[in-house]
Amino acid sequence: MATPDAHVKPPGLAHARRTLHPAAWWAWAAGLAAAAIETTNPVLLLLIAAVVVYVVATRRSTAPWSRSLVVFMRLGLVVIVIRVVVQVLFGYRLAGHVLFALPQVSLPSWAAGVSIGGPITAESLLQAGCEGLRLAVVLLAFGAANSLASPYRLLRCLPAVLYEAGVAVTVALTYAPELVTTIGQVRAARRLRGRPTRGLAGLRGMAVPVLEGALDRSLELASSMDSRGYGRRSSETTTRRWATLATGVGAVLVLVGVYDVLSASAPWWVGIAALVAGVGSLACGVTLSGRRTTRTRYRPDRWQGAEWLVVVSGAAVVTAFSIAGALGIDGLQVSFYPLGLPPVPYLPCLGILLALAPSLVSPTGMSRRGDPAVPATRRRDVATSVESR
Amino acid sequence: MIRFDGVSFTYTGAEMPTLRDVDLEIPEGELCVVVGTTGSGKSTLLRAMNGLVPHATGGRLAGDVRVAGRSTRAHPPRDLADLIGLVGQDPSASFVTDAVEDELVYTMENLGVAPAAMRRRVEDTLDLLGLHELRGRSLRSLSGGQQQRVAIGAVLTAAPRALVLDEPTSALDPAAAEEVLASLSRLVHDVGLTVVIAEHRLERVLPFADRVLLVPGDGAHLRVGSPEEVMVDSPVAPPLVELARVAGWHPMPLSVRDARRVAVPLRVRLSSATHDAHGPPSSATRSTVASLSRVSFAYDEVLALRDVDLSFLAGEIVALMGRNGSGKSTLLELLAGARRPSGGSVQVRGEEPATLSSKRLVKSVGLVPQDPQLLLYGETVADECATSDRESGLAAGTTRGVLDELMAGMPADRHPRDLSEGQRLALALSVVLAHDPPLLLLDEPTRGFDYPSKARLEGILAGLAARGTSVVVATHDVELVARVAHRAVLLADGDVVGDGAARDVICHSPVFAPQVAKVLAPDPWLTVDEVRRALTRTDDLVGRS
Repeated sequence: MATPDAHVKPPGLAHARRTLHPAAWWAWAAGLAAAAIETTNPVLLLLIAAVVVYVVATRRSTAPWSRSLVVFMRLGLVVIVIRVVVQVLFGYRLAGHVLFALPQVSLPSWAAGVSIGGPITAESLLQAGCEGLRLAVVLLAFGAANSLASPYRLLRCLPAVLYEAGVAVTVALTYAPELVTTIGQVRAARRLRGRPTRGLAGLRGMAVPVLEGALDRSLELASSMDSRGYGRRSSETTTRRWATLATGVGAVLVLVGVYDVLSASAPWWVGIAALVAGVGSLACGVTLSGRRTTRTRYRPDRWQGAEWLVVVSGAAVVTAFSIAGALGIDGLQVSFYPLGLPPVPYLPCLGILLALAPSLVSPTGMSRRGDPAVPATRRRDVATSVESR
Repeated sequence: MIRFDGVSFTYTGAEMPTLRDVDLEIPEGELCVVVGTTGSGKSTLLRAMNGLVPHATGGRLAGDVRVAGRSTRAHPPRDLADLIGLVGQDPSASFVTDAVEDELVYTMENLGVAPAAMRRRVEDTLDLLGLHELRGRSLRSLSGGQQQRVAIGAVLTAAPRALVLDEPTSALDPAAAEEVLASLSRLVHDVGLTVVIAEHRLERVLPFADRVLLVPGDGAHLRVGSPEEVMVDSPVAPPLVELARVAGWHPMPLSVRDARRVAVPLRVRLSSATHDAHGPPSSATRSTVASLSRVSFAYDEVLALRDVDLSFLAGEIVALMGRNGSGKSTLLELLAGARRPSGGSVQVRGEEPATLSSKRLVKSVGLVPQDPQLLLYGETVADECATSDRESGLAAGTTRGVLDELMAGMPADRHPRDLSEGQRLALALSVVLAHDPPLLLLDEPTRGFDYPSKARLEGILAGLAARGTSVVVATHDVELVARVAHRAVLLADGDVVGDGAARDVICHSPVFAPQVAKVLAPDPWLTVDEVRRALTRTDDLVGRS
């Protein structure tokens, strides 16, 4: 499959026109995250991380949320450190190359299996580090999705029946940064009155104005949304109720189905049946609600060839890992007992490299005039936002 | 277009109706300015126009409000969204999305406008309000004026037939306010939109008004008429009108241009008169309270202030002026010790404020932020005063004493949120002044103030200065500066571009000059009071000789 317009027009023009559908980016990232969950091999994990960082670096826009990858990187590092520290303090003790020893606390017999302190081996640290790394890479994939496509944009793609829920989430997302600003203001104001800003007394004194401010803002927002036509009367309220019910039931069935299929605890057909019924119910809900809605959408994100390529490249990673697992190829799960270099399985590596495809095929997500990419206006931006504080 | 038939409205729990027997008809294509003192019911009147009163507020509404024939009784605000758009006082509080373009289309999406039409209307609105440079920007990165224009655009895209704005320029610097009002006036003239504006700073809106709607408050009847008629004896009037009353001009000029045409005789009469002594106190006798030497400040990599040298003397009122984003608030925050300078040093009474403990800080600097509510968290006024005394280790009753001095008769059992803007500021001020700091900083104190509350604030500030407090006010309100400031400091992009006697700095600036100065230029007169006193002096002189 090839993007038709990429061949016709020069890539610079064709690509500058639009941003990739947010769902495509999230699907791609989900593929990488799912692959990362499958393995503890540090070589594979680091390879996934490298691919994620590379694609984000080449394809992110300059919008504010694009910087979230760095936040998730830091979060990942914290996760690894915590995992290793927990291992050092409380981990199970197996024989191996002892690096150093902590004083051991003897626990009563009912706490068998838990140990505090004791000899720390290189093997156990490596194992813990790899497990931490796995979680960190999953976080990184999530961060990549965040910085490539704003969660707001993803919410805009929700079908009409989920619109209300989508608005609630949007408002909550908008509110979080506001809350941080309010807390900053209240802290500064407390300092101006010579009152504590830290500790329990500070917390109590701050909670009231922050919450009052929050309440004020939500009332204001509600009346603003009301006067701007939110929730205008639709003709068929019964249809709407059925649509909501069908969507809700469908979502639950899909969840159950996915769980059954993945966990393999129930017979295989139960999961499949639940999935099919769930998808059917969802489709009903979406169609029903699509019929009743009077809303329209401004510049909907389009799903084109590039989107398919990006999704396929994400799916390719998971497929490669699944095939490797089914064939029993060595190296997805690594053990450091005995200590040694992990094996490098070729098939999964190849799969991960396929996930680089978006950095070649996807359109670049910026370069329209007036977008926050222009450095000159940026400077002024910050200066004004500074003043408005 | 908008019709009120015998409308009365009483808030739940209120004894007196806020609106009583309002009969009103605002015809199509008119720019109508609603004037009145704080608490007279202007906002209630405005919000009744699109049904937010009573649908969102509760309360009892009698009579009928109709917008293009559609009654607000039968239609909640959302069903009127295609007819009438409302822009609130604080644009940032009304934003539903996070990006300019999304915000512009929000109403249209709710109304179900066809996608092709949406594209066209977005482009039209971007051009009309000069927003095309900002289309992809995040709303939080915009300046106050830009946010206000986006908020207006967001209701305009829905192609309403009437637009209602509650104090659209209160947060804006004079130039940005001019820009917003000019766009509105263009809409009225080019598109035939009906516009209703409530505004305290009449000097800004009156030249654009077709009609004035005076809300006297206390349930008295509304007065409607041409600006000339209403302004003859309106209790709220801009300096220009006051000047016309002093000079006895008929008919009433409403723009600086009209006034200048009739002002020639007045200028001749005043040419021999002397100005009031309005300069800063002589620095030889006064001590320096605070000083900045070569102070720079950068947020991330953006310089907000660059090599600023300033000093503030005891007993002096200094106005900090400059457009939105010029570094005024930053300067105040540095003086208040809320931030540390990136370079140079800030000294208040010989100490770096940023290094002081908060207990000691409040004794040397007091800052009242733009939203005075941030300083208040008591349940009642009495509670607030008592907490202030207790936490600051002051004698019981100190804060209340200061408050009574500033504004007598403040109800002790009222919640701070239910006070008027002026009362709330007075309460916040008394909490700060209870520590008797030698340096008082105010950030945009007159936002939402009517002329009487402003006059009271001016009295308070002058009293403080006379007692030797050094007062620094960051403000966009040129009339306030003209009336109280001894000295004006003009900031632009982080540089001090003007510093001197208020008269010298603001009189000849096309942006910052007060109305009186514009009318009487080239002679540097600042306020109506000054002109009135000068006239009495010259009349006395003439009478004696």
